[in-house]
Amino acid sequence: MIPGALCSFFLALLIMLPLAVGAFAQTEDSAVADSITAQSPQIEPVTSLVAQDFDYDNGERIELSWVPSIDDRLVDGLVTGYEVFRTVDGGEPERLAVLPPGANFYRDENGDVNSVYSYYVVALGDGIPGVSVRTAPMSPEREWVNVDRAYLFLIALIIASAVIFFVETARRGKKLFIRKIAGLEAIDDAVGRATEMGRPVLFVPGIHDMDDVQTLAALTILGRVSRTIADYDSKIFMPVSRSLVMTAARETIKASYLSAGRPDAYNDDMVNYVTDEQFGYVAAVDGLMVRERPATIFLLGAFFAESLILAETGNSVGAIQIAGTARPAQLPFFIAACDFTLIGEELFAASAYLSDEPKQLGSLKGQDVGKGIAMFFVIVGTIAATIGYAWDVDFVNSVLTWFNEVFSTN
Amino acid sequence: MEQFGLWVAAFLTLGIYSFLYRDNPWYKLSEAIFVGVSAGYWVVVLFWDNFYSKFWLGHSEDPWLWVGAVLGFLMLLRLVPKIGWISRWPLAFIVGATAGLWMMNYFASNIMAQVQNTVMPLFGSDFSASFTAIVSNLVIVVGTFAGLVYFFFSKAHTGAFGATARVGIWFIMITFGASFGYTVMSRMSLLIGRIDFLLSDWLGLIQ
Repeated sequence: MIPGALCSFFLALLIMLPLAVGAFAQTEDSAVADSITAQSPQIEPVTSLVAQDFDYDNGERIELSWVPSIDDRLVDGLVTGYEVFRTVDGGEPERLAVLPPGANFYRDENGDVNSVYSYYVVALGDGIPGVSVRTAPMSPEREWVNVDRAYLFLIALIIASAVIFFVETARRGKKLFIRKIAGLEAIDDAVGRATEMGRPVLFVPGIHDMDDVQTLAALTILGRVSRTIADYDSKIFMPVSRSLVMTAARETIKASYLSAGRPDAYNDDMVNYVTDEQFGYVAAVDGLMVRERPATIFLLGAFFAESLILAETGNSVGAIQIAGTARPAQLPFFIAACDFTLIGEELFAASAYLSDEPKQLGSLKGQDVGKGIAMFFVIVGTIAATIGYAWDVDFVNSVLTWFNEVFSTN
Repeated sequence: MEQFGLWVAAFLTLGIYSFLYRDNPWYKLSEAIFVGVSAGYWVVVLFWDNFYSKFWLGHSEDPWLWVGAVLGFLMLLRLVPKIGWISRWPLAFIVGATAGLWMMNYFASNIMAQVQNTVMPLFGSDFSASFTAIVSNLVIVVGTFAGLVYFFFSKAHTGAFGATARVGIWFIMITFGASFGYTVMSRMSLLIGRIDFLLSDWLGLIQ
């Protein structure tokens, strides 16, 4: 009987063996499956995701803030980063940014007031990404005022008020003091020189159009110069590179001749249009200088690379040259080659001085108020910064902080 | 045709350069061609690039272009003496709009930012600045302040104020000297370009 039992045993063993192996394999698979599941955890998503309109902008910014994933906060390296997504008008999500671990803020700078946006943030890591709840659909708003620039507005208001105050003061007839400007006194002498030598005066108003304030200042000075020319019965040539400047200059000279009682001496050919092309104009003016040999040359207005060519050619024909421009890059050439140069704002001061117009005089005085403010704050700020950084004085540091707040342009 | 263009360009280049010797018919011819061609070129460019492509092609989609077209037409009325006064309106619009759009930007960049960047601790934190840095800081602050004093027109340049203005003009002149040297170098590069054209493209002497 024992052999029968043995046979049964071995038979049972033979039957059970594959089952056991299968079970073991399943257990192994389960174990593998369990280990995979254990190695692929669900990354916790961010919470408290809020989308807010950014204040004081043109309606293109939306700010997102959230509390980082708890996995990011508790376990180092579990969260490898965050992706920010947005949908526009219910469309397909688009990824805006990938942020590092620990990030809790993002500003979307490409919004539009006419679109509706919804955002969500995905926490990334070695597992199943955690997708946050979507924000409620919202549209950015456009504000009318940026109160972050209140100080800029205040200082602009102070300077503008000063300009208006002095303009009104000048209009009421009060004499506004402007210091002497070298070169202005030479104008009459220069025109007189041209008359004595029997040679003409050449006036070049720059190469910009009537929308440039330098051209306007040059034409104002032209009024005074042409009045003197009319008085002295001299000649003037004025080549221009802009058609509107030509017509404005003709009117100015005509009015000057009329006020000098010499309307018959005026001729439209005194002012002629050459070309808009910068160096074509320069070639023509140089030719005019060499052929007509003016005794006096005025180079007043907006100039660029042609400034040195004009000034040197004028110098070569022996003319007395009075120049003026507000372009700093061209001033060195005028200073090197001309007899008198109106540096930067002196051109506008000369225009105000010669025209005696209340608006121009008032503007000049108002701008001096701005310069005064700048000078005051440069001195006070530098002293505060020097003391504050050197001795770390609290009061001075607070003054400096306030100063940076006032003059910040962000 | 390319060779012809090269020869014309070389002829006109040398014609303009002949002015360095003295005025002559060659320069006069080159000048006349330059002025005439440039004036004609700008008429064509301004017509096709501005009027045609910006207004003619786009006015049906953007009605605001009509505003610009009308203002431009009004500006041309300056050429008619009897109604030339009308051109002051579009000019006033351009000058006023430009001033309004740029005013705050200029305040921010030319006043606020300049003042903010001029203010600095002369000797650094805890007197840690080097001698060179201290000198540099002093130059910036003193130069800016003195320059502002020079351009202050409401007070005569007498006494201490005048002395400070004098310091300011020294700073300005030294700056202009440096600017002059720098710009002359860049003008030399333009000359090199033309010489390269003559010797390389035209005469083929340089490979």
